[in-house]
Amino acid sequence: MSAFTPQYLPGGEPPNSGHGRRSSPWTWRWSDRLVLVCAWTAGIGLCLLSAAIVIYMGVRGIQYLRPGLLFTRPSVSTSQSQSGGFLDPLIGTALLAVIGIALAVPLAVCSAIWVAEYGRPSWLARVVESAIEIVAGTPDIVLALFGLAVFQLGLFAPLSFRAEGGGVFGRSFVAAGAMMSLIALPPLYAATRDGLLAAPAHLREAAFALGKTRIATIRRVLLPSVRSNIATGVTLGISRIVGDTAIVLLLLGETLHIEAQGSVPGLNVLRGTGSTLTTYVYDNSPAGEGAAPQKAYAAAFVLLVFVLCLNVLVDRIGRSHSRATGLALSGGAV
Amino acid sequence: MSPEEMLLEQHRFAREGENDLRPAGDPRSPLLDAEEVPPIRTIVLDRPPTAIALPVRERNPLREATSTTGPERLNVNELSVSYGGKPAVKSVSLSIHQGEVLALIGPSGCGKTTLLRTLNRLTELTPSATRSGEVLLDGEDIHDLPDTVLRTRVAMVFQQPNPFPMSIFDNVAFALREQSRKRPHRRELEPLVIDALKRAGLYEEVRDDLDRPALRLSGGQQQRLCIARAIAPRPEVLLMDEPCSALDPISTGVIERLIGELRRELAVVIVTHNLAQAHRVADRVAFLYLGDLVEYGSTAEVFEAPRAQRTRDYVQGAFG
Repeated sequence: MSAFTPQYLPGGEPPNSGHGRRSSPWTWRWSDRLVLVCAWTAGIGLCLLSAAIVIYMGVRGIQYLRPGLLFTRPSVSTSQSQSGGFLDPLIGTALLAVIGIALAVPLAVCSAIWVAEYGRPSWLARVVESAIEIVAGTPDIVLALFGLAVFQLGLFAPLSFRAEGGGVFGRSFVAAGAMMSLIALPPLYAATRDGLLAAPAHLREAAFALGKTRIATIRRVLLPSVRSNIATGVTLGISRIVGDTAIVLLLLGETLHIEAQGSVPGLNVLRGTGSTLTTYVYDNSPAGEGAAPQKAYAAAFVLLVFVLCLNVLVDRIGRSHSRATGLALSGGAV
Repeated sequence: MSPEEMLLEQHRFAREGENDLRPAGDPRSPLLDAEEVPPIRTIVLDRPPTAIALPVRERNPLREATSTTGPERLNVNELSVSYGGKPAVKSVSLSIHQGEVLALIGPSGCGKTTLLRTLNRLTELTPSATRSGEVLLDGEDIHDLPDTVLRTRVAMVFQQPNPFPMSIFDNVAFALREQSRKRPHRRELEPLVIDALKRAGLYEEVRDDLDRPALRLSGGQQQRLCIARAIAPRPEVLLMDEPCSALDPISTGVIERLIGELRRELAVVIVTHNLAQAHRVADRVAFLYLGDLVEYGSTAEVFEAPRAQRTRDYVQGAFG
């Protein structure tokens, strides 16, 4: 139990405070040496790669980013000085993230509660787990295609609008947000479930011993204690929504401006179409129609900064949680 | 008769060689088969009296002052519990009175905690646990009560302090809330919360900031908070599962004094590994060994004049 304390022998050599002599790598097996070299190279290589992305985008972004770009609406023009900023895509990104998260949180938290706390019969729990894994594994373009098929049903016409001739357009902020919630669901679910599973058994026992039902225990004790896990999941979910392009391309209409539908204020925006920073970058990249690479770099920089900030936030939440409660935070799997 | 006087008397009888001072069917041991248990004087003759081996002779003066046995609260009748067919508690019968502290002692794995957890049906959370026999709370079978009702009437304090990760106020209020369907206002709860904290002897230390997170409190304070939380809904019985084993001696002393005071209003059942603690706080002691109730009687009886060989070995520290 007690820590090893070195014996100071009189007249002996002063003990070395560091490690003792180790075996030389040149005596190791070839395969061991190879794996060691690969491990170091891969780790350092990834650091260099991410540093390259951030530095390159940073230099380009700062070079082309003007504060005005954030506050002016885009307009169609062949001249870069006339094509405006990216206010609408910026608002579109934020709006989509809010809708997606608002739909994903209740879905993910409730399913995590069911799996972690009830989960019976166990075959049904396994089915739920694999269903969420399938959602997590589905490529976003496939989700988008599926979403388009669903939201073009006549049933969902109020969520977008009917084109002339009666066909349902199927593209709106609600439609895109609903599919985005599926993108945000897996990390949110995983973070919440892991938090619940990691919640110490004595918390549950304490609540049961006070005469609380299982659901009261979950609502009043367990959910508050996994609040930071949920927050981590939310930030992870937001960064996935913000970074997604396929769903925006197919389900948001990819209009340059936010085009409202109908006359009810607020609701008309939700039914309307728009675009996000990701599609704006795509359109203005040399591959897209706008061909304004400088604006693309500026928008990409804004996007990158936003996602980096979210990552820092995730890290912060994790640390403050373990500091405040002493409970180990199991990070949400992506 | 004080323990010291009893001790003197034992010595006197031992010298005189009176073997059969206590009749075989001693009314103080209705649960033990008189045929199997040797008369107590034989034990005293065999070897030095047990009491001498026990170093702790101090008695809690508070307990002596307030020891008034009230009505019977819990009656355990032929209770057996087994986990997946393996018996943990075998046909135990006990009765627990208001105004009394019953200590369950015995070596590890002897079924003390299982017996305790059966009294508020927490063993039901273990799917493999099965039970036979009955436990009556004020004459009513606890298995006929809804578990939520039972557990507010038979409250429990655990080995590890386990406050919820919320404020001090909310920890106690949580126990009080939700008994009524509507969520009561803080203003209505505040006097009840403060009263519970006062009874648990914690209020003076936390009165300045009841909204502090409970996990910032020291271990002993957390345990007293758990006691406050348990006694807030005014239970009839308080179960304590080694409440001091995670605490330092000073906090332990505070909690032991508290147990002495709480005994006035409720029946306390305490599981402890610490024999000196059992001796200090308990009015009655039940000694369990491998699931059997070996000895059950007043603290003085069990510690100073145990009837069974195993009890004597255990209280002398021969095994455990």
